[in-house]
Amino acid sequence: MHVLSRLIHNRVGFTGFILSTLVISAALLAPLVSTHDPVSQHIRDRFEGPGQEYWLGTDNFGRDVFSRILFGYRTSLIISFSAVGLAALSGSAIGLVAAFYGGLSDRLLMRFMDVLLAFPIILLAIGILAVLGPGTFNTALAIGIVYLPIFARLARGPALSVLSWDYVTAAWALGASGRRIILRHVTPNIIAPILVQTTLSLSTAILVEASLSFLGLGTQPPTPSLGLMLSESRNFMLLSPWVSIFSGLAILLASLGFNLLGDGLRDLLDPTLRDVVT
Amino acid sequence: MTTYIFRRLVDLILVLFGVSILVFLMIRLIPGDAVAIMLGANVDITPERIEALRRQLGLHLPIHQQYLTWLQSILQGDLGKSIWTGQPVSSEILARLPVTLELTALALFFSLICSLPLGVMAARARGSWSDTLIRILSILGLTLPSFWVGVLLLLVFSLYLPSWPTIGYVPLREDPLGNLSRMALPVVAVSFPITAGISRILRSSLLDVLSMDYIRTAKSKGLGSGIVLYKHALRNALIPVITIIGVYVGYLLSGVVVIEQVFAIPGVGRLVIGAISERNYPLVQGIILMITSFFVLVNLLVDIAYAWIDPRVEYD
Repeated sequence: MHVLSRLIHNRVGFTGFILSTLVISAALLAPLVSTHDPVSQHIRDRFEGPGQEYWLGTDNFGRDVFSRILFGYRTSLIISFSAVGLAALSGSAIGLVAAFYGGLSDRLLMRFMDVLLAFPIILLAIGILAVLGPGTFNTALAIGIVYLPIFARLARGPALSVLSWDYVTAAWALGASGRRIILRHVTPNIIAPILVQTTLSLSTAILVEASLSFLGLGTQPPTPSLGLMLSESRNFMLLSPWVSIFSGLAILLASLGFNLLGDGLRDLLDPTLRDVVT
Repeated sequence: MTTYIFRRLVDLILVLFGVSILVFLMIRLIPGDAVAIMLGANVDITPERIEALRRQLGLHLPIHQQYLTWLQSILQGDLGKSIWTGQPVSSEILARLPVTLELTALALFFSLICSLPLGVMAARARGSWSDTLIRILSILGLTLPSFWVGVLLLLVFSLYLPSWPTIGYVPLREDPLGNLSRMALPVVAVSFPITAGISRILRSSLLDVLSMDYIRTAKSKGLGSGIVLYKHALRNALIPVITIIGVYVGYLLSGVVVIEQVFAIPGVGRLVIGAISERNYPLVQGIILMITSFFVLVNLLVDIAYAWIDPRVEYD
């Protein structure tokens, strides 16, 4: 609550908070808020512009763009949240283990993270999807793996320095177990940058997810997906530019919301990180 | 310096070794029978054909032996044969690679040209509207989907400037003007995030440098602010920009793979998407391996350039 109340006074963070809350609510409430079925076709109403019946117009099958965007947010957020959640939890765990045990396990784990970082992001995700095949679950897994090293590195550095602090030595001396040291003494001290990075990563994961489904490797039709909508809309761009404009705008708003929120959180939780994490 | 370069080279080899293992494992990790999947909907699959492909891919050997054979041929420049055309994968990639590299290089060049004045301007007008502007621009740069920008550019140009060639590719050597005019829109679309990022970094590093003692000295001996800025400050302020270029080349390569799809540019991005839909795994492997090695190499060069430019770099 403390952070939340301070967030309200941070202009950037508050804008991000409002935007991302709107996007999350849109995804959660999609079945209630949507005006049409996202997949049902109204062939007579193809290529309609925005209007009273179809708020944001219709596509080449007469499907309602507004409703498709709401359900598209569902897919997009399910994938991005699970991917970033997976990366944040496993990545931080890897970083903590590496820092805690040091030596060979540290070197091996971090080397493996370096190897993952050596691939351009999209290319690694494409490679993983080429193996696993497309689909919602596989896309989340692929993005999660791509983001692992970010969190492993982020957790390892601060964990190393916390482990050398006097009070940790004191905890050791009092007979605390390794598990207790990691969970009770180290983790709370490194949680702030991880929280900030989680929010910022959500912002980019939304873009990566949209790119992958734009390329046809992510979510498969008929599941509504923002990237897929944008990709399909190119075929009738001149007949009805609305679909291209609104589906891309929807991606931008979601990504922007989480980025601003992350930026605001960074200002609040850890001002020293400004301009460091991008 | 020599030791530093040597150590970075060892790092590079270790990373490339790891990359090669992951790329090698790709085909082996495919759930089910990779060979049957690759042959896919092909009507005349005979057990003989499956067996032949299995042998061609070396899948009948024990796994460590498979890797060694594969690595050996890779090191000799043999990335295997394309499943469908029977052409060497390397020649198919090399035919497309120049297109992707041209697009990447142009985009990097374009972002640098745009971000230098932007960053300098923002640093000079510190604490005013330009601060807000640069913050908005840099956040927009990070969150604007470049493929959407591409689609919008395509839309605007086909509506209002239909004579502009928007789609496709002509080789630079055949028609330089036609090549560049077709490259212009994808370059703009894909440069957005990089331009925003570099401007932001340049602004903050320039502000750091401008508060240093040697700048105060330069000013107090009566030098004009232009000379102090461009001759004294900018040089040092550019160092952080150089270090980040390696990372940005990775962003660009990612962006280019997607943007090629928007503008129907026949680079490796389109090649890899086509290869995946045809389940032509050796080609997919080859592309990922080549682009990643290129990216790793760029990062090494950036590190070396950085150490060479900035003697303060610790060589450890």
